[in-house]
Parts: sequence; C-alpha cells; structure tokens
Amino acid sequence: MSDSIKVTIDGAAIEVPRGLTVLQACELAGREIPLFCFHPRLNIAGNCRMCLVEIEKSPKPVASCAMPAADGMVIKTDTPMVHKARKGVLEMLLINHPLDCPICDQGGECDLQDLTLFYGPDHSRFKENKRTVLDKNLGPLISTHMTRCIHCTRCIRFANEIAGVEELGATGRGEHMEIGTWVERAVTSELSGNMIDICPVGALNSKPYEYRARSWELRKTESIDVLDAVGCNIRVDARGPEVMRIVPRLNEDINEEWISDKTRFSYDGLRKRRLDVPMVRRDGKLQPCDWRDAFAAIAQRVQGLPGAQIGAIVGDLADCEAMTALKDLMAALGSPSIDCRQDGARLAASPRCSYLFNTTIAGIEQADSCLLIGANPRFEAALVNARLRKRYRQGRFHVARIGAPDDLTFPVEELGLGADVLASLADGSHRLAERLGQAAHPMLIVGPGALTRSDGGAILAAAREIAERYGMVKDGWNGFNVLHTAASRVGGLDLGLVPDQGGKDVARMVKAALGGELAVLFLLGADEIEVDQLGSAFVIYQGHHGDRAARRADVILPGAAYTEKDATYVNLEGRPQRAKLAVFPPGDAKEDWKILRALSDALGHRLAYDTLGQLRARMAELAPVLAHPDVIEPAAWRSFGRKGKLDASTLVSPIQDFYRTDPISRASPVMAECSALHQTRTTTLPATGTYG
Amino acid sequence: MLADQDRIFTNLYGDQPFGLDAARKRGDWDGTKELILKGRDWIVDQIKQSGLRGRGGAGFPTGLKWSFMPKQSDGGPVYLVVNADESEPGTCKDREIMRHDPHKLVEGCLLAGVSMGCTAGYIYIRGEFIREAETLEAAIAEAYDAGLLGKNACGSGYDFELYLHRGAGAYICGEETALLESLEGKKGQPRLKPPFPAAVGLYGRPSTVNNVETIAVAPTILRRGATWFAGFGRPKNEGTKIYCISGHVNQPCTVEDAMGIPLKELIERHAGGVRGGWDNLLGIIPGGASVPVLPRSICDDVLMDFDALRDVQSGLGTAGVIVMDKSTDIVAAIARLSKFYMHESCGQCTPCREGTGWLYRMLTRLGRGEGELSELDLLQDVTKEIEGHTICALGDAAAWPVQGLLRHFRPELERRIKAFQQRAA
Repeated sequence: MSDSIKVTIDGAAIEVPRGLTVLQACELAGREIPLFCFHPRLNIAGNCRMCLVEIEKSPKPVASCAMPAADGMVIKTDTPMVHKARKGVLEMLLINHPLDCPICDQGGECDLQDLTLFYGPDHSRFKENKRTVLDKNLGPLISTHMTRCIHCTRCIRFANEIAGVEELGATGRGEHMEIGTWVERAVTSELSGNMIDICPVGALNSKPYEYRARSWELRKTESIDVLDAVGCNIRVDARGPEVMRIVPRLNEDINEEWISDKTRFSYDGLRKRRLDVPMVRRDGKLQPCDWRDAFAAIAQRVQGLPGAQIGAIVGDLADCEAMTALKDLMAALGSPSIDCRQDGARLAASPRCSYLFNTTIAGIEQADSCLLIGANPRFEAALVNARLRKRYRQGRFHVARIGAPDDLTFPVEELGLGADVLASLADGSHRLAERLGQAAHPMLIVGPGALTRSDGGAILAAAREIAERYGMVKDGWNGFNVLHTAASRVGGLDLGLVPDQGGKDVARMVKAALGGELAVLFLLGADEIEVDQLGSAFVIYQGHHGDRAARRADVILPGAAYTEKDATYVNLEGRPQRAKLAVFPPGDAKEDWKILRALSDALGHRLAYDTLGQLRARMAELAPVLAHPDVIEPAAWRSFGRKGKLDASTLVSPIQDFYRTDPISRASPVMAECSALHQTRTTTLPATGTYG
Repeated sequence: MLADQDRIFTNLYGDQPFGLDAARKRGDWDGTKELILKGRDWIVDQIKQSGLRGRGGAGFPTGLKWSFMPKQSDGGPVYLVVNADESEPGTCKDREIMRHDPHKLVEGCLLAGVSMGCTAGYIYIRGEFIREAETLEAAIAEAYDAGLLGKNACGSGYDFELYLHRGAGAYICGEETALLESLEGKKGQPRLKPPFPAAVGLYGRPSTVNNVETIAVAPTILRRGATWFAGFGRPKNEGTKIYCISGHVNQPCTVEDAMGIPLKELIERHAGGVRGGWDNLLGIIPGGASVPVLPRSICDDVLMDFDALRDVQSGLGTAGVIVMDKSTDIVAAIARLSKFYMHESCGQCTPCREGTGWLYRMLTRLGRGEGELSELDLLQDVTKEIEGHTICALGDAAAWPVQGLLRHFRPELERRIKAFQQRAA
C-alpha cells in the first residue's frame, strides 16, 4: 500500500498523503473551503455543515472536514450544488443571528462576517421573530453574547480536549440548544481565554477588552510574553499609548496557538502602579525627582565603596540587554555579588544542559514517559502542561510525580511526596524502575518546587543520575529538563549572572545587607526577596512597577515593561527571542539598558556601548547562543551537580497563586479578580480522561 | 391477503400470554440450537436470500448489513444493538411485538448475534414504553432461566448476553448513531459517518443496529426458509410486514400482511375503510410522519412497498399509515408534524437546528394565509436547504412532509393566502 493516493479536485488530479480528510486534500490543492466548526487542533465535530463539497457517486453533498479522502475520489468544490449548500447553511446560521456587527467586538475579525461576505446571501428572507438566548456568566475573563452563538461547539471541545476541564457543554435540544457550564460558574481553566480566539463569532469575547476598541484601530506588534519562562509568542495590540489586548501568535514549537490567561489578561496591570518618574528617598519619603538627581544620589552613596559592599539581584522579568549592562556595571564597580536566581534555585551557570528544558516543548510529543520532580507545570508553565496533555491524549504516555499532588488535567502516578524517593529511583530499586527502563524516550522535569529547597542541589544531582541511568540522554534525545518560572532565568544563567569568586548569592546578599556588610543593593526588578530584611542597606530599585521592593527603595529608576522595549529573552528551552516595543514607556521611564548605560556614566564607569546593536554584540560575546534569535543551540551533555542528602519533606510548588506571580500580574485588577475567585474554589474536578 | 398460517406474529393482539411457554407453543425457540449450529455464514446467507430489508424505515438489505461485520474476531467484543426506540408518529408495530410476542425478539437477538459473532446484545427501548420494557425484561429473564441466553445459549456452546436499556424519550435516539451515544451515556446526538457502526460502533467496537421487527422476523425466516419469506411481495420487496393504520378509518389497527399489498386494499380490508367512504379521502401519509403525504389520486392504486412508494416520491418508512379524510386541515396537520421535528431536532447541526423552526413558523403563518404567494417558493427552498445537508436523516424527515404538502396541496395554500389578502384589502 503506497503512502499517497490520487484524488481529483475540481478537475485537477493531485496526489495527496494517505489518511487526510477531503478538506485537507482540498487545501493541499489550493482550494479554500469555508468552515466554522472545524479546527485543526480539535476533534472533528462536523456540525456546522459549511464545508460541504460534492463527491462523485455521492447523491448528497459531503462534509469535507469529516470525510476521509479515498483513492480515486472525484471532489468538486465549485459546483452549483456546493454553492447552494454553502449559501443555504449561511442563511440558516444567520436567521437567528442578531446581526449586531456594529456593536460586536468580533466585528472585523469574525468568521461569520467574512464568510457571509463571500458565500452568503445578500439579504434576509427570514420574517419570523429571532431567537434570543440568555447570556451566561463564565467568570471575569470571558464575556458571553449567547444569541450570537452558532453552536459550533469549538469552545466545548477546547475545554474538554485541550484545557482538560469538562466544564462546558450543550444543554437543550434543537433550537433550544445552548452552550454553557451546567451549573453557572467561572471556567476554572488557566487556558480559558483561548476560547475567545477559537470562537468563530462574537459569542465569547474578552471581558476586559469588551467595547474598548475596534480591531482595525489597533497597532499590532509581534512580541514575546515574559510572565512565565515559556516565552509564548504573542501579539500586542495597542492604541495610542495603551496596550488594548494581548493575543497569541502561532508558534508550533512553543505555544502552538494558545496562551495562558495570565499572559492574555495581565495587560491591565501595565497601566496600574507604574513607576513613571525617578524618585529619591528624602526625609524618609520617596519623592519624585529628575534623572540627574537620582543618579547623583546613587553616585554619592556608591563612590568610594569597595566592590565587596555592593550587590545586585536580578528579578524575573529582566531582559538580557539590561542584564548584560548590569553585569558589566557591577564588574566595573568591582562587585563580585550579582545573582539572577532571586528564588534561590540551586542552579549553576554551567554546564548549560543542567538548567535547560533540553527535550524542548515540541519534543515532549516524542516522549513516552515523564517523571515530574517538584514540578507543577499546570501553574508553573501552563503551555508546557498543555503540551504534556496533548501528548497524553495521543496515548501511551505515562506520567509519574514526586511532590505535592495537584490536578494536571491528565492522570499522574504518585510516587511520593519527598525527595527521598529519588534515591530509590537512582539506584534502580523503585517499582517504577522497570517501566522507566523500558521507555524509548523517557523524560524528567525538575521544577522550582525542588530546586529552591536547601537540598535542591542534591535533587538536581539525583535527577542527573536518574536521567543517565534510564537512558534519558542518548543520541538525538535529551530527556533531562528543568522547569523555570522566570523569563529572565535562562538568559541570566547564559550571561553568567551568578556570584563570582568570593561573591554572594541572593540569600547571602540579603543576610549581609541585614548585617550591615553590604552597603548598596541594586535590584533590577527583583521583588520576590525579603525586602523588609535589608537592614540599612542603600537600595536602588530599577523596575516598572511599584511592587514590594519599590517601597523599600532609596532610589527608584523607572524602567520599561516588556511591551515597552526591544529586548531579548531566553525561554526555558534556551531559545532566545526578541520582544518588540509596542508602546513607549510611560512618563520619564526609559528602556532598562539605557538607564544602566546612563548610570554608568554618572558613576564614572561608562559602559562601552551606545546603541542597541553594540550592546547586543557585547551580549553575544558573553553568551554566543544569544546571537541567533529563535534558534535553540542544543546543550552538550556534561556531568554536573554534587550528591547530597535528600530531604523527605514534601516538594511544594512556589506558585500558590497562579494569577499573581509577578509585579505586572499583581498590579492587574483582572488577575486579582481571578485570584479571589479561584482561591475560594474548594474542589477541583479530577481529570477523567473521558476525552483523552 | 396473507393466510393465517403465513403470519409470523401470531400473537400480535395479545390473545395468548407473552411468556415462554406460550411462545414455545407458537413455535418460538424451536430448534434454535440447530439453527445456531448451522453457522453464521448460513444464517447471513438465508437472510440475504429471503430479501429481508430493514423494517426501521430506510429499508437497507438486512443480510448485506450483517455481512459487513468483521468475519475474524480480534478478541474484543462485538455488539448487536436493537433499536426499540419506536417514536415515529403513526407507528406502533415494535410496541405490539414487545408487549405480546417478546420472545420472537429475544430469540432473534440470539440468532442475529450468532450470525455476526456478537458477544452481547443491547435492546434500547423507548423511555415511554414502560409496560413493554417490563414485558421484555420478563421475557429476557425467562430466557436466561431456561438457559436460552447467557453462557452456552440453548446448549449450542455459544455465549451471548442480552441487556435491556431504557431511553429517556428523545426521538433522535432512534437514529442509530445517536442511539449508540445515548447507550454510552452521552447526549443523544448522531455521529458523523463514516466511520459506520459496523467498524466503530458501541463503545468504539463493531456494532450493528437493527429495528425490532427486523430482528423479530429473523427466527421464523430461518425456520421456514428464505424461499418461503421471499414468496411474498414483489422482487426486492419481499416478505411480510406489520402495518399500523391510524387516522380517519373506521377501525384503526396494527396488522401483518404481505409486502406490496395495495394501499386501498390494506385500508378497506383491515381498517374498515376510510371514514365516510373512500371518496371522502383527502390524503394518506403511508410510512410514518417522515414521508411525504399522498393525495387520493395516488392512493387509489399505489402498492405498499419500498420501491412502489419511492416511485411516487413518498416512502414505505415504518409503514405507519396515517389516513386523513376531507375534514382534515391538511396545512395544520403538516404544521403539527413540523412542530414535532422542531421539538425533536437534536440541535447539533445547523440546517436542522435552525431550519426546522423556520419551517414550522412559516407553515403556521401561511396556514392562516398571512403571507405572500412567493413565500411558498421560499418554503420549498428552505426544505431543500435542510434536505441532504444534515448529519443524520432527521433533517430529511423534517423536510419531506412539507415538500409533500407543497407538491400535492399547493393550491390549498394559495387559496388561503389569496383569501387573506382579499380580506385585508
């Protein structure tokens, strides 16, 4: 049996791979088939009937999305029968549709609008009363206009299949069929916002964006998300100085076409609590000043200090350009104390394989077994979890976990709570050993719940041992993975933002500040440290949000958020990606590397770059892998880690509140609402795998 | 007319008890073991030769359908599913079988199951059939107690389990794939085909769905021979059939007779004729609510079988004959059927979900004469937009009665519209 079949589409013979649907074959042949319910990443429903085509020997038109293409099939997409069918279906879809396009948020990007233009009737023949449907409350993120719904069931299928929460369904029959949650409640998926994108009409819309803008007024900038370490590809839609919405951009290697709710809806935090003017603490109060005064206040404090008394901590949202400039500045000041691991993760800056997600996100689809060590990918890296679920749905995928149990939307075998389980896995005495040994492409994921503990180094070493013992690292396959939550982390480690010989790490810097041995502490957006425990140290905070650390700062240097600068971020796979400036930073705020460059001048240690190009050249000098955006440089496998005692206490994810993990999402009212809603959620529905 | 000794359903009217003893006296369960031991190929071959076509409405050749099931077992279960969700308006044949002659069905399940290598059978019975479900349940229990079902059924060495499952009263669950969904515990909505149930059916396993009557006649065919059964009716429309005659007749009844009996003879002989005489006849829906109505001129000499009725643009359907005399408001009658389809549409696919309501509302309005003459063409157009564009046949079933009305009674609608316009002017 050959791998391809011959079909005839509109008179032209074409050879297509076996196993395609008629729809896919038509698309290969360059014929556009209109559709509503079909979505390439969802199961086929075949209910909209828009994709009807004529197939020879079939008396009735056939739904091309659901019909397998067969050898010798003669398909016609451009006959009177097909045109009549399409027109009829569109007329049926429109008779009970409110046709309120002028006030509908979907207007301008609506499938129903577009297809009606090309295939639909030009006037209505429907004289009866239209049906109206009561709107549903799906929570703070999704607004509903259920009268507009065309019952394509994409949202139901998304919830069941991709998000893994069986919370949406159709009730009622015939024209009384309605989409909704059976019991009115907010959808509890962290991916729920994607339903807005896949809804082909204006039934599900973004609640925060509702009635705020028209799609054609928006300036669209293709960029990168930084609210977790996945590096989801996004498009930032802005009007004037304001980000109006964030939507996903297709990247098959990372986020496919989904993004998490935090990525999508945190943007209102970009307008709140912004640091938009430099400030200096005078008489115990932070007071606005101009850039020169702020720099002078720093220079006054820093001048003459030995480098050992100066430290710098890098936060989770810092970009590689700013980190490069900060590293160079600290070196110029003679300070060995710089650290990008503000959560205290026990990771070293080399070898590179020890801190990357080596399998890559797309690589998960090749894996057949996965061991989670202190990782909760659902909330630490939602799109990694989506890929794990995708792999689970393909079948023959076993996931086991060491750490605190949580619903990951797919079944997980629990091996134990504490790190002590790792020892028996490492020496092969564990019951899972046989299964892991037989797996062709096993992988493991070490998460922040493991790495931030005092025995994090020992866990990392044990994980390496396990990876090597069970053949997770071999030709063409690397199943050793570290899950990060901070967008800056991999870039920071690539650039070597870890303490030099004699330098202090985050914990020691904080301790030294409290003890008075550290006089100046520079925080580049670092908010997740014990800001109240810094003693009398002079704290410089460079960042964009008046979050935890800004309150403690002596000088505030207002920086730019990720939508406001051209910047490089390296995602957890080690893939450098460029975020683009979508709007300018507010007020006096500046791009971060420029602030550091100006500060270096004021401190008498002028950094040797004046343009972004020069800075990036320096960046590539420090970390050659950053020179090639969007390309993953596979990390060679080397030995790392030092064996140590493994603690039996439970591995707990540091993310206890998915919706409030960073200065931007903490400033977002929408995220606050989600957080409040889901904190009160007492029961999680277990993953049943019905649709798996 | 069918001779008494040629009737398959000898207890259609419940003159005798339904139980196993009485059933055995009527000839059921006689030599079942020997029939089983003749092998599945023999059974399928006999059914093929008998010319039996599915009695659920579509008339698909039963033997052919059975032969689609996988010949070689892959070790997993294979299912027979019996569609006892008889909900077609005007149809009450399966109900009579189940309440008076259930052992015919039970035995048929076993034999059909054997012929397809089925490990189990499921009878999906309409939710409203409460007494029928009780009777059938009792009959199945009797059969189990007598060793006729279960492990080593009838001592043949063949294992076959039979389950009764009650529906919840949705018409759409009589569509075979919606029935499978419902049986699996999901919302009753038809599945996309392909794959067909013979490949991927109940619980993802090969399955065959058959109507109650189809299964219930099988044992008698096997016992009396395919040629006997094929001796009734016309070529390709062989056998006997249960007809349900309702409406404006003197004696509404359910009766078994040969296929291809003239419609007029059927009504005059078994149902006591049309109320007020044949001349008082307005029209007849010959095959349950889904098929187009026939005017008197066609009813005069049409034969009651699949092909003859197809040739007059109607259908045998379930052979639920609905007779309407001249007192009938034919538009209101068809509008009532449209309301039924609107109510029973599952709502899954667009043309049926939206179109059935549109049809009903237009029909009721035009029935009052409110509208334009051009809207009659629109009405026809809408039925054509539904017909053939849906996942299952419910869309077609909703469209056909309206098409039949427009085909044969359009002048009546035109008259009402003109009269209304005159009144309004």
